[in-house]
Formats: sequence, C-alpha cells, structure tokens
Amino acid sequence: MPQSGRVILEVRGLVNHFGAQVVHDGLDMQVYAEDVFGIVGGSGAGKSVLLRSILGLEHPQSGTVSIGGRDLARLNYAQLRTVKADYGVTFQAGALYSALTVLQNVQFPMIEHLQLPAQALDELAMLKIRLVGLPADAAAKYPAQLSGGMVKRAALARALALDPQLLFLDEPTSGLDPIGAAAFDDLLHELHRQLRLTVVMITHDLDSIFRNCNRVGVIVDRRMEVDTLARIVDHPNPWIQAYFHGERARAREEGYGA
Amino acid sequence: MTDYLAARRSADSLELALKGEWRALRLKEIGAELSALDLSGVRTLVIATPDLALLDLSSAWRLREFIAAAERGGTAVSFRGAQPEQLQVLDEALSRDSVKAPGEAHTHESFIEPVTELGHYVVSAARDARSGLAFLGRVAVVMLAAAGSVRRLRPIAIARHVYDTGVTAIPIVALIAFLISVIIAFLSAQQLQRFGAEIFVVDLVTIGVLRELGVLLTAIIVAGRSGSAFAAEIGTMCLNEEVDALYATGVDPYELLVVPRILGLMIALPLLTVIADAIGLAGGALLCRFLLDIPLTQYLNRVSESIGAWTFWIGVMKAPIFAILIALAGTYRGLQVSGSSRELGRLTTIAVVQSIFIIILADALFAVLFMEINI
Repeated sequence: MPQSGRVILEVRGLVNHFGAQVVHDGLDMQVYAEDVFGIVGGSGAGKSVLLRSILGLEHPQSGTVSIGGRDLARLNYAQLRTVKADYGVTFQAGALYSALTVLQNVQFPMIEHLQLPAQALDELAMLKIRLVGLPADAAAKYPAQLSGGMVKRAALARALALDPQLLFLDEPTSGLDPIGAAAFDDLLHELHRQLRLTVVMITHDLDSIFRNCNRVGVIVDRRMEVDTLARIVDHPNPWIQAYFHGERARAREEGYGA
Repeated sequence: MTDYLAARRSADSLELALKGEWRALRLKEIGAELSALDLSGVRTLVIATPDLALLDLSSAWRLREFIAAAERGGTAVSFRGAQPEQLQVLDEALSRDSVKAPGEAHTHESFIEPVTELGHYVVSAARDARSGLAFLGRVAVVMLAAAGSVRRLRPIAIARHVYDTGVTAIPIVALIAFLISVIIAFLSAQQLQRFGAEIFVVDLVTIGVLRELGVLLTAIIVAGRSGSAFAAEIGTMCLNEEVDALYATGVDPYELLVVPRILGLMIALPLLTVIADAIGLAGGALLCRFLLDIPLTQYLNRVSESIGAWTFWIGVMKAPIFAILIALAGTYRGLQVSGSSRELGRLTTIAVVQSIFIIILADALFAVLFMEINI
C-alpha cells in the first residue's frame, strides 16, 4: 500500500491514569497519510481510552495529540471545529441519533458544517448511503429498525458525510457475522482505495487486520509497539506472539479447520 | 480573483482550469464560482485538472452537476489531463439504482384529511385505553401473586423507592407546604379583616391544608419528581434491552419494576402528606402570630376546634390512592418506550401530565363523594 510519508496523526508521550490504575504511560504513535492503521490490544489495554484521548473526549494527564501537524490542545474552539470537520468517527455501537432517520443522521454533520440547499443535502446524503452499500429504502428508517450490520454501515455513512481525509473506526466489525464482517472489510478496502482515506481502526478481528491494515500498533505494557503488518507479526513480545500466532490465528492461517 | 477556478475563454470554447483543494467544507464557495460562469454560446468546454490538489466526493458531485447542466445546454465537455477518478466513483455509486431521497408519503386527499385524522385519533385512543386496562389488570394479578411471599414483594427495592420518592422529597414538600399555607393565610386575612373575623383565618388554613392542599400539592410535586423518574428509568431500561433481559431471565419486569414502585410510593406519599400538613399548620401559626397578632395558644385552640373528626384523615386517606395513580402512570408510560430517545422524552412528558391530571380529577371526585356522605 502507498505510503506518502506525511504524518497525519501523531500522539506523543500520552499518559492516562484513573486513580491508581495506569492505562497509558508514555505512549507514542504516528499515522501516515493513506495508512490503514490498526490499533490492537487486550481487553482493558486502553484502546478505547486512546481513541477517546485522540478525539478529545478524555483529557490525558500528559502528552500531546496532533492532527495534521496541529497540537489539538493549543487550538481554540473555532480551529478545533474545523479539525473535527476534517475527520469522521464511528463508535462501537454506532451511536446513531435514535430520533433521526438514517438520511437525517447522515445529513446532520452537513447541516452543521455546510450551507447547502435542501435538495443538495438530500442528494449528497443519498450518495453517501449508496456508497456504503445500504439500500435506498434504508434511508427513511430509524436506527432501531436497522440490523447490526446496517447500523455499522449507516454510522460509516455519517462519518463520511463531510468527506473527511481521516477516519476513526472503533471496532467496525465487532458484532457482525463472518460474512457481514468480510463484506464490511471489502467495503472499507474499496473506500480506502477510491477515496484515499487515512483510517485508524480499533479492532480485534484478525481477518480485518490482514485484509485492510498496512500498519499496526499494539498496546502492550501501557505503551505502543508500532510497525508494518508484515513485521509486527514477528515481534518478540509474548502477547503479540500469542495474538498473531495463537490458536485462533492458526486456524485463520490454515483456512479454518482445513 | 477566484480560488477554485481559472476560466479562459476564446470564441465559442471555454477552458476551465480547476485549482486548489475542492473540499466539502468549501462547497458553498465552489458552488458560487461554478454558477457565476456564463456558459451561453460556449460550444466546447475543456476542464483541466493538473492544478487540482484535492477533489473530494461532495465537490466532485457538484462538478458532476455542473457538467451535466452544461451538457444539457448543448456544450461538449472534455477533460485535459486525467479525468478525476472521483467522478467514476460517483458514477458507480449513483448508477446502482435510482438515487432519490424517499420523501414522506402524502397521498391523502385534503378534504378527507380531518376525517382520517379523527379516525386515527379515535382508534389510537381506544387502543391506548385498552392497553392501559390490560396493564392495570396485569399489575393487579402480579401484585396478588407476589403478595404471597415477602421475598417476591422485594422489600429492599420498596425501601429504596421509599427513600428516593419520599425521604429525598421532604425539603421541597416542606417548603411548598409552608409557602402555600402562608398564601392562604395572607389571602384570607385580607378579606376577613374587613369583617373583623380574622380568627377564621385559622379555620381556613387548617381545613384547607389538612383536607385538600397538603395532599394535593404533595402529590403534584411527587408526580413531577417521581412519576417522571419512573418513566425515564424504566424507559431507558427498555431502550437498553434490560427489560428484555429480565424477561429472558424468567423475571417478570412487572414484579421487579412496577410493583415495588407502586408499594414504595404508597408508603412514601402518606408520610410526606403528614409532613406537609404539619409544616402547613406551622406556617399558618407563624403568619397569624406576626401578621394578625393571634398568639400561639389561641391559634392552637382554634385549630383543635376547627378540626373535625375526619378532617386530617380525609387528606391522608387520599394519599395512597394518588400514589397508585402516579406510580401506574409513570411505570406504564416507561414500559411503552421503544426505539428512540425522543420517544423516551415524549412518554415521560405524558406520564407527568397524565398523572397530574388524574390526581386533580380524582381529588374532585373525592370532594363530591365526601360531600355526599357528609364528612
């Protein structure tokens, strides 16, 4: 996969602790343009806290987060708003606005950030809904009427509403059946190719990592080991070895019980 | 002069060099520049893309619209440099099938609309009444079944609800009772002073607070505080599928969620009413002492004279009935929540409005009843 060498997202010396529990202790990570960067780690290793720190939902004890070379802590409200319009996020459970239809969910960021006539809003939102592979009649449905896979796709459509260059995905394939998860991986792969997105995704799904990611950051011992996918699998750390070469990983390599 | 376009015109052709970053966030400016172009008399349009740093999907969509409009006007469009691949992505996405935002289905004829509306209203009101009745029946059955064993009545949950709906409401109930008795005393003192009958202020305060206002205002406050809390708590549990989880575990949500709230409030509301009565009488005493110079001993004498055998009990008796009504409305509406956060807000509102309405209606019925039986 192409790597332009331009750093899009950089985290330096991140320290997070809740009371006595230290989650991150000097965590560094860099994401380059057009990377598909997978964040991996055991349950409770602090993947979600890392994402929340990057998004500004959590305030780390120390460390800096910069997106596009700008330290987020030093930006004022208006600057932060433009940075936020420049990235899209999907949350683990979708976090679609339950009182709005899918179409309105996708239009919501557009209405907030763009000034467009209603017809253009409709067409652009429908375009995004089509792009993520949802049928047209899903647009009028409410989140409670959607299946799990459709919720993930609708959340992705909303994240893509403003054509961000950077996309954060929190466990995009969790809770999907293997076929649905594979279809989502294909979709992500295709979107990444077509739109030249930079993607940062938290995932547990080995298939998803091997399908999409070119670089992987593993949170071990409150820090992050970052490398290309090809090299990280040979990292000597026992947790990383167990993760990439454990029982389930072997099953994957052997083609599921072949 | 323009940030996104450079137009070079010759005779009947126009060369349009796209430049800069075409992003969704700049769509308004890009749209303005595109629509400012005059295409009249242009036979061939050449779009040059080498200076284009970035073209995202939304702005590519705008460009596509522009090209489509030009072609409809009879202009031949071609590209110099590569045709942006975003346009192909759009073509693919948009060609899958018709891309029209589904609008609301409005097929009603306007003149029968009021009739259909009325019909819908009647049917939904009838359904609501029926499901309300079903709810009532179910609660009664579950309550009777649970009455057989202490464990199934869930004393700990009941205690929690007594605390949440009763103990924590004491300050606000006391304050309101105090203020309301001051208002009655003040209002009646102004009128009765003209006849030199100030002493009857005590009668008014005593009977007003004990018989009607103490219990009524307490119930209204509790409906606002706890009726809404019941609906919101249970409604959120419905949204989180917690209620479904209870069913699946073999626990009846009515037994766990509805019955303890009803019983808890039936205990809390009469106790709150007693507190409201006491504070109300104290407030009356204070005002009489300082505004009307009626000494405390005389006030107390007058109070005990004006209290009939039933005055206090009539007020307190109504409290458990009001408690049942508030708890039923709150839990019933809470269990109806499904789908969205807006639904939660709507049903919580209905729960509070209906419980206050039913309380006042019931109080009016009680007034008629007590008048008929002469107490």
